[in-house]
Amino acid sequence: MSDKLIFEHSRSGRRASAQAPLAATANDLPEKFLRRSPPLLPEVSELQTVRHYTRLSQKNFSIDTHFYPLGSCTMKYNPRACNQLAMLPGFLARHPLGPESHGQGFMSCMYELQEMLKAVTGMKEVSLTPMAGAQGEFAGVAMIRAYHRSRNDNDRNEILVPDAAHGTNPATATMCGYSTREIPTGKNGDVDIEALKAAVGPQTAGIMLTNPSTVGVFDRSIQEMSRIVHSAGGLLYYDGANLNAILGKVAPGDMGFDVIHMNLHKTFSTPHGGGGPGSGAVGVGDRLKEFLPLPVVGKDGDRYRWLTEADFPQSIGRLSAFMGNAGVLLRAYVYMRLLGRKGMERVSENAALGANYLMKKLQDAGFELAYPERRASHEFIVTLKKEKSELGVTAMDFAKCLLDHGYHAPTTYFPLLVPECLLIEPTECEAKEDLDGFVAAMIAIREQAKTDPEKVKGAPYTMPVRRLDDVRAARQLDLRWQPGAEN
Amino acid sequence: MSNVPADLKYSSDHEWVRVEDDGSAVVGITDHAQGALGDLVFVEAPEPGSVFASGEAFGVVESVKAASDMLCPFGGEVLGVNSALDDTPELVNTDPYGDGWLIRMQPADTTELDGLMDAAAYEQFLEEA
Repeated sequence: MSDKLIFEHSRSGRRASAQAPLAATANDLPEKFLRRSPPLLPEVSELQTVRHYTRLSQKNFSIDTHFYPLGSCTMKYNPRACNQLAMLPGFLARHPLGPESHGQGFMSCMYELQEMLKAVTGMKEVSLTPMAGAQGEFAGVAMIRAYHRSRNDNDRNEILVPDAAHGTNPATATMCGYSTREIPTGKNGDVDIEALKAAVGPQTAGIMLTNPSTVGVFDRSIQEMSRIVHSAGGLLYYDGANLNAILGKVAPGDMGFDVIHMNLHKTFSTPHGGGGPGSGAVGVGDRLKEFLPLPVVGKDGDRYRWLTEADFPQSIGRLSAFMGNAGVLLRAYVYMRLLGRKGMERVSENAALGANYLMKKLQDAGFELAYPERRASHEFIVTLKKEKSELGVTAMDFAKCLLDHGYHAPTTYFPLLVPECLLIEPTECEAKEDLDGFVAAMIAIREQAKTDPEKVKGAPYTMPVRRLDDVRAARQLDLRWQPGAEN
Repeated sequence: MSNVPADLKYSSDHEWVRVEDDGSAVVGITDHAQGALGDLVFVEAPEPGSVFASGEAFGVVESVKAASDMLCPFGGEVLGVNSALDDTPELVNTDPYGDGWLIRMQPADTTELDGLMDAAAYEQFLEEA
C-alpha cells in the first residue's frame, strides 16, 4: 500500500515546534513583492514528520540494502569514512569567500586531488569545477570548440559519436553548437573503423568515445581511431562513465585522448543515482590546457592559490559558484587517499573479475550474451530475445521480477543496439555469494516464465507499488499536488 | 513475427514507403520498428514544406525506452504530416501501416526509391539482423 503524502497528513493549526516559523524579520521588502496568501505548507506534528520520512527512507531500494547491478551507473559501496572525513568541522565551516590564507587545508586537498586525477588519467591538467557528468561533458566539448576557434579553424561543425554512446554525448555536442554524426558499432562490439574512416573530414571537430564502451568491452582499435581522428584535425573526447573498469591499469591520456570528464561521484564514491550532487571534473592534454574552466588550485612554493582568468585568459569560463560541489570533491579525495595506487588497481581488477564471473555463470545457466567472444570490462550485456520469442517474457519483466527476488534491476534496453538487453555491472564490492544469488534468481525467473508467464509479467508483487504505467508517466507530467484534487 | 505488407517498400532504418498514384510517397515506421521501440509517447514531425536529403533526420519518435531520429528514406519535400499523432502517438503502435503513418513527401528523384527493399528483401534483412 502506498503511503499518504505529507500534505495529506496536514490538519489546520497543527504544528511542530522544531519547524515552527520564526517571527518575520525581513520587514523592508517592497510591498509589491509580498505574497497575498500564505504558502501551501503541510501542517503536521514533529512525530508525524519523523514517521513519514522514516517510512519513506525504509522503502529505499538502495546500495545499502540490496545488490544494485545497474549497468553503466557504477553503484558501488560508498565508504562511511569518506562521508565522515568530508564532514570535518573545518570543511563544513569554511566560507568560500574567505581569504586563501584561511582555506589552505581545503585547497591543499583540492590540489592533491587534481594531481592524483592527473596521475590516474594520464592527462596534463585538471579542473574540478564542473558540477556533474553532463556539465563535465559540456566543458570538454566547449574546450574543443575553443581550441578550433583559437586556431581560426572555424569550419569544423561536426562531432562524431558511436551509436552505443550515452545519450548525453550527442546532447552535449548539440548544446555546444555542433551537429552529430553517428558511427556504427561492429558485430564484435568495437567501433566500425571503416565507417569512421569514411566519416572523418575537414568538418570533424572531434569524436566522443567511451572506452570501455557501453557494450561492456574495451575497444581494441583505440590507437588507430586516435590516429584517424587526429590526422583529420579532430580531437578525442573521453567519456569517463566507465573509468572504474580501467583504474590504475590504462590511462586515457596514453590512449591519445585530448580531454576527459570523470564522474567522481561514481568512480570515486559518493552516494548517487538519485540525481545529485555529482562532480564532473575534466582533465586535458597539452592542446587544451589554456581553455580549462576556472578556478583551478595552483601552488606557489608551499602556498596554495586560486588560478583565475589572469592565469588562463583563454578559459571557457566558470561553470559553478566557487569550486563546484566541494563535498563530493572531498569524498573523492578521501576515497583516493584511502585506496592509494595499489588499492585503485584492485578496484578495476575486482570490478572486472566480478563482471566476468557473473557473465560466465549466466552463460553457463543458458542465458545469451550479446558479445560472447569478448571478455567483459566491468559490465556486460545479456540479451533476452530468445526468452521473449519463446516464453513471451521481456527484459522488463525480468527486471521487475528481480525486485521481488531482492535485487535491483540491471539497466534495461540500453544500449539500444542490443534487443531485450540487460546491462549488468556488479562493481568490485560484491561478495561471491551475492553474485551467485543473482544468478539463481535469474534462473528461477526463467523457470517461472516457462510454467506461469503471466505471473512474471505481473511482477513486482512485493514492492510499495506494482508495475508502473511508463506511458502515462511520460505523457502526463503534471506531478503537483493540489488541495482537493483527485490524486 | 512482425507484419511486413507485400505492397510497400522498406529502408534499412525500418521505415516503409508507399508510392501513391499522384507520385507522392507516404512514410511510416515498420511493425518491427514500433515493436522494438515500445509504447510511443511523442512524435516530432517536420513542418510541411521542409526539404530533406536522403538519410537526413526529419523527425523524432520517442518511446518509453528511447528517442530515435527518423531518417528520410529518399530526398524530397514534405507535403503533409499525420497531425493525429500529436495527441495519439500510440496509433504508430496499433496501426503502423495505416492510421500511424508519419509524413507524406514529394520525392525529388524517383530513382532513389529504386534503392529501397521490397517486402521479401526486408524480411530477409530482419532475419539477418
